[in-house]
Amino acid sequence: MQIRPILAALKHHKAGTALIALQIALTLAIVCNALFIIQQRLAHLSEPSGVDEANLFVVNNEWAGQMSTAQLNAQIQTDLAALRQLPSVRDAAPSSSYPLSGFGDDIPANLTPDQLQWTADPAMYASDEHLIDTLGLKLIAGRNFRADEIGRMGVRDFTAPPAVIVTKALADRLFPHGAALGKPIYLMSSTPSTIIGIVDRLQRQSVDTWTKAYAYQAMLWPTRPTHPQGLFYVVRARPGQLAAAMREAPKALYAQSRMRIIDPKNGLLSFAQVRQRIYDSDRGMAILMGIVSAVLLVITAAGIVGLTSFWVAQRRKQIGVRRALGARQRDILSYFMTENLLISLMGVVAGAVVAIALNLWMVTQFEMARLSLAYVAIGVLTLLALGQGAVLAPALRASRVPPVEATRSV
Amino acid sequence: MFAYYLQLGFRSLRRNPALTALMVVAIGFGVAASMITWSVFRAVSGNPIPDKSAQLFTPQVDSWGPQQNLKGEPPEALNYVDAMALMRAHQAKRQTLLYPLRLSVLPGGSRSLPMAAKGYAVYGDFFPMFEVPFLYGSGWSTQDDDSRGAVVVLSEEFNQKLFGGADSVGREITLNGHDYRVVGVTRHWNPKPRFFDLFNSSGFVDATDFYLPFTRALDLQINSAGSNSCRGKLNFTGWDRWLQSDCVWVTPWVELDSAADVAHYRQFLEGYAADQQRAGRFAWAPNVRLRDVTQWLAHEHVVPPESRISLLVALAFFAICLVNTIGLLLAKFLRRAGEIGVRRALGASRREIYTQYLIEAATVGLAGGVLGLLLTAAGVPGAGLLFQPQIARLAQLDLSLVALTLSVAVLATLAAAFYPAWRAAQVQPAWQLKSN
Repeated sequence: MQIRPILAALKHHKAGTALIALQIALTLAIVCNALFIIQQRLAHLSEPSGVDEANLFVVNNEWAGQMSTAQLNAQIQTDLAALRQLPSVRDAAPSSSYPLSGFGDDIPANLTPDQLQWTADPAMYASDEHLIDTLGLKLIAGRNFRADEIGRMGVRDFTAPPAVIVTKALADRLFPHGAALGKPIYLMSSTPSTIIGIVDRLQRQSVDTWTKAYAYQAMLWPTRPTHPQGLFYVVRARPGQLAAAMREAPKALYAQSRMRIIDPKNGLLSFAQVRQRIYDSDRGMAILMGIVSAVLLVITAAGIVGLTSFWVAQRRKQIGVRRALGARQRDILSYFMTENLLISLMGVVAGAVVAIALNLWMVTQFEMARLSLAYVAIGVLTLLALGQGAVLAPALRASRVPPVEATRSV
Repeated sequence: MFAYYLQLGFRSLRRNPALTALMVVAIGFGVAASMITWSVFRAVSGNPIPDKSAQLFTPQVDSWGPQQNLKGEPPEALNYVDAMALMRAHQAKRQTLLYPLRLSVLPGGSRSLPMAAKGYAVYGDFFPMFEVPFLYGSGWSTQDDDSRGAVVVLSEEFNQKLFGGADSVGREITLNGHDYRVVGVTRHWNPKPRFFDLFNSSGFVDATDFYLPFTRALDLQINSAGSNSCRGKLNFTGWDRWLQSDCVWVTPWVELDSAADVAHYRQFLEGYAADQQRAGRFAWAPNVRLRDVTQWLAHEHVVPPESRISLLVALAFFAICLVNTIGLLLAKFLRRAGEIGVRRALGASRREIYTQYLIEAATVGLAGGVLGLLLTAAGVPGAGLLFQPQIARLAQLDLSLVALTLSVAVLATLAAAFYPAWRAAQVQPAWQLKSN
């Protein structure tokens, strides 16, 4: 293929060439980073929570009026008995918070009683012996709490429990060499708590960026949350009966006592809603980046079509001359395709550099991860293909210019 | 001449319909993306109390020490002991402590189902300090603070729910089983971001229902409905031991009018922390901060990173659309080189050609702006897809956004047209006429 005549011709269209190359470069830079962000966000929002999401829902039960800790403790047990009796319910547990709830307690965990800088900062779920079955967790070592181990945590009470169950991630963090079971840990207290069980996987309440290093580090406390403000009832429906259970649960609770508030907006959430809420900014970013990338590619392609069509129209006469001198249709077609490939190559080389620079800048600004070069490669190939695809129609039109055009003036 | 060129411009919109449509669509999408993300960014990064943001300060005292504080920064709220000490010292013109409450109320008497109401425990100074507007009555006095009065200020929305919007001053309401006398009803007031309570919220939350005296709330041992962040060993049971603990949960605010007052208060804070060190309560040198509203908003990272990233992405997108427009305008203008040659030969100056093509570009920009406006109007309600609902709701298509959309579209297209119009003006008449 004759590259030199193409380069010579491009010199006459410096501005147009530069503009197409610039547009391809910028599009590449944005699209690479956008695709990378989409992949990161999608990976984040599809992280498993470790619970039986399909059958779970949560009642945010706030207490109305004044009750003593003993009264609350009794009321919670009555409520749970009523929930567990519902035909559509498999199990129910009280909880101070739940995975992906977005807020809740974390309690620093230490290996020695007088440590100032914590070893881990796990999420804490205060509940009873039903939580493991309710959430559908897998106990991989040790045992569950016994009913007689369950304490209570009243208003502004803080007493570290003698026994805790930890997630595997927390066990590995605290005891990297294994054998966490039976070991004592110190939870903001000078008295130790013994690890009596390890569950496989359980997500924290929050999935914000700062919690990334602590993902899945959580622990269960054998403590009924008797806070006067209220608590959550986590309910696991029997398979396929989630809707029925969600209808019946509030009725069953109000039948026990009316002095409670189940907020009409946030009081009753299926786990699907919980997941949707906690990841809404991730989903939003992925959608935005998707729209921007798609529109950008279309506009760039359309821009290439527009400018190339102009060039073809401008050079009709020259094309006619070439055809009259013996060039085949294929030669004209490949001329424009090659011309576009050359411009695109200039664009993608510059674009790859800009893409990486943009990513490095975002790493410093937005705690973003490093761009994988695979995305740059995908972007380069996409844009080269896009350029060739876009130029095809005007190039075909050029190839059909008849040789007789050479003899026509205007 | 301007009107004539404008007319020519509009006419030429129809001349290369595909090319023109492409430019209009590119500008429309570019400007709409920028405007939608800008409207969100504008809302989240706004100054919630512009005329007083430089006079309101939140003091911070490091009660956790260098090994347990937030990477050198003091905790974002105060513990009870320090909070009360600052209040008692009374070194500011106005001062308040606050913490969030969530109490139950029976809106329709004892037979109705209870409802949750959100409020704050505050001092009487809260209302004048933060310029809370009143519909009926007013806030309470310092005497009410001192006497731990059972008084309450309702919000307009909550007053609507409880009293159907009537003047309820002097009437009684029951919150969590305790009676309070209404002394005031605020007008709708929900500054966004809620700068005074960033310790407990992201800053973008629904309006508050009521305000109670801080002193009364403590008497009744009403718990904070917000965060409680602790360090050290926690072996407390009960309210009094908790008050003395290392847990921070109270947000303080002071009003300081002049630079001298600020310097004085800063000195006082340093002195207070030094006293605590001498008394053996703190085993570290004073580490205090006194941030005003703007500094506090920045420190608490109120603007969500998503909002910033999406604005940047939208602007980059717009920039690419403009590069696209430069190329297409170049094609559109130079296609008419023959026509330009004729006009130049008939005596039109380069300047006139330049003006004509700039005006033509402006018409393209205007068309793009109108399309952008339609897309923005369609996209602003769709912001809920991209941002959290509390934040998406803040995005609004108001008059200033409409004006901004149109002017940005026209100005950006004009900027893009400088080079193509210049090229058009450089067309050599002789060369054009000869070749044709």
